Amino acid sequence: MPATAHTSTTPPGNTPASATPARARVPMLSGAVLRTEIRLMCREPGAIFWVVLFPTLLLSILGLIPGFREPDPKHGGLRVVDLYVPIAVLLSMITAGIQSMPTVLTGYRERGILRRLSTTPARPVSLLLAQITVHGAAIAVAAVLALAVGRIAFDVPLPEQPFGYALAFVLAALSALALGTVVSALSSTTKMSSVLGSIVFFPAMFTAGVWLPVQSMPETLQTIVEFSPLGAASQSLDQAMSGNWPDLAHLGVTGLWAALLIAVAARWFRWE
Amino acid sequence: MAIIEVSGVRKAYGGKLAVDGVSFSVEEGEIFGVLGPNGAGKTTTVECVEGLRVPDAGTVRVAGLDPVADHHEVTQILGAQLQQSELQQKLTVREALDLYASFYRKPADGLGLARRLGLEDRLDARFGKLSGGQKQRLFIALALIGSPRVVVLDELTTGLDPRGRRDTWALIEDIRDSGVTVLLVTHFMEEAQRLCDRVAVIDAGRVVALDTPEGLVRQAASSTVITFTPSKPLDERDLAELPGVASVAEKNARLTINGTDDTVNAVISLLARRGVTARQLRVADATLDDAFLDLTGRGGPDGPDARREAFEQDGPPASGLARTETEGVH
Repeated sequence: MPATAHTSTTPPGNTPASATPARARVPMLSGAVLRTEIRLMCREPGAIFWVVLFPTLLLSILGLIPGFREPDPKHGGLRVVDLYVPIAVLLSMITAGIQSMPTVLTGYRERGILRRLSTTPARPVSLLLAQITVHGAAIAVAAVLALAVGRIAFDVPLPEQPFGYALAFVLAALSALALGTVVSALSSTTKMSSVLGSIVFFPAMFTAGVWLPVQSMPETLQTIVEFSPLGAASQSLDQAMSGNWPDLAHLGVTGLWAALLIAVAARWFRWE
Repeated sequence: MAIIEVSGVRKAYGGKLAVDGVSFSVEEGEIFGVLGPNGAGKTTTVECVEGLRVPDAGTVRVAGLDPVADHHEVTQILGAQLQQSELQQKLTVREALDLYASFYRKPADGLGLARRLGLEDRLDARFGKLSGGQKQRLFIALALIGSPRVVVLDELTTGLDPRGRRDTWALIEDIRDSGVTVLLVTHFMEEAQRLCDRVAVIDAGRVVALDTPEGLVRQAASSTVITFTPSKPLDERDLAELPGVASVAEKNARLTINGTDDTVNAVISLLARRGVTARQLRVADATLDDAFLDLTGRGGPDGPDARREAFEQDGPPASGLARTETEGVH
């Protein structure tokens, strides 16, 4: 490292500040900030209910309807309850990414919490990343719960292509969380972010198949929905459930959306 | 040695100049006040010191470091309390202290700070449940938690009741006595007069005066205020001709004369010549209020009266309290 060669006599850990760029030494994600945000999330029963419990509750209610537990040739011999396990997983991503997180982030900005953090050695980006991590973890818990309840209560088989499922899951969660960050980036107040969140919320629910599973949609509609991040994710998760590797086209659509939304969020997100 | 050096700082927002060439330096160990009416550019100036804003021109140094380029190092030695900021509503006092302590290389003892600030009973209370004064004290604690060499306090006592304000002042003196340099932004004259070693008065983005509070009062055109009720009417024209008189006003038969020390003697001899007794005679030094209005009213876009009104809207600067009253000479 030629840049630090002149400090080679200095013991490690005692390097003068001028030797390395200050920014580089500050981690983007602070463990203390993450622990704090996890603790705070646990104090939000509303968020926990809608993100973690509600999707599985919806799945259970649908599963209790006898007709939905009968194989239906319209769905390629699958039962409605089979289709709703991946939908429950996507629903959790929508409530976490679009309903819960943008309000929290915009509130942190509106209340000057991000700004206050900029005056400390910690970076405000650590709070953003902590929020994304906490909501990502809540989605993962919700997914495990939905899969477990589906398997135990309604005999829905676990994904037969777990790696494909995991990949589709990660891409979908990333796109939902990035979408939420974009909502927060475009809103100057928490009020605005909940309005904007609701505007995005309903199309997201529709394309994820909450009202009508994507697999049961008329062909033309299905083709259109497959171009949305969650519509494509719904197809990927469905294919992985039945043991196939998800179509590259579906994974690609969700992945491209995630990349695009992350770029937009990174470009437009303001700290104050 | 100056710990904060601000020289020629300019900052414009959307073509509007908020700070127009501000320069000052703060010596280690002093309480330095930045005083000015709302919108004068005080907060923008200290935000440049905190590294939250990048000046368009000029330089800022904190202990020789650039608050923008060396932001990380500056945050280790500079603690800030911002004008409008909050914490997560459900974060407790203890958690906030622990969290902020974790950011610093040499954190102060959080519990000790809480005790010093009278927050030891509220350690498990959530931020959202704290009173205004408790929130302010927590923010002082967070500004001090990194064992800083400098703290920047921006309108710290706005919104506190008189009791809370006085307690906070005692605290700021404590902070200085423990060796920390304090940069204090305020629009309360009494606060500046009581606490600051030196004050920079900022108006319309420029430093219009920089002196000790006493020096500023002396600089003002009328440094002495004489009030009394004459036993029989006096001709105001006679009074206006006395040496050093800046203004004469009458209200409910009570006269108020602004002037200098010379005016006091002249008024007393005039009264003696006319055989008039002065009831309830008071001779007081002008306050920083008067000096401030004098300094910021001059040559501004709107006249002194407009300024006085605009200023008084953000809370009556409790004058009189700081006056050193001399009881009647008669």
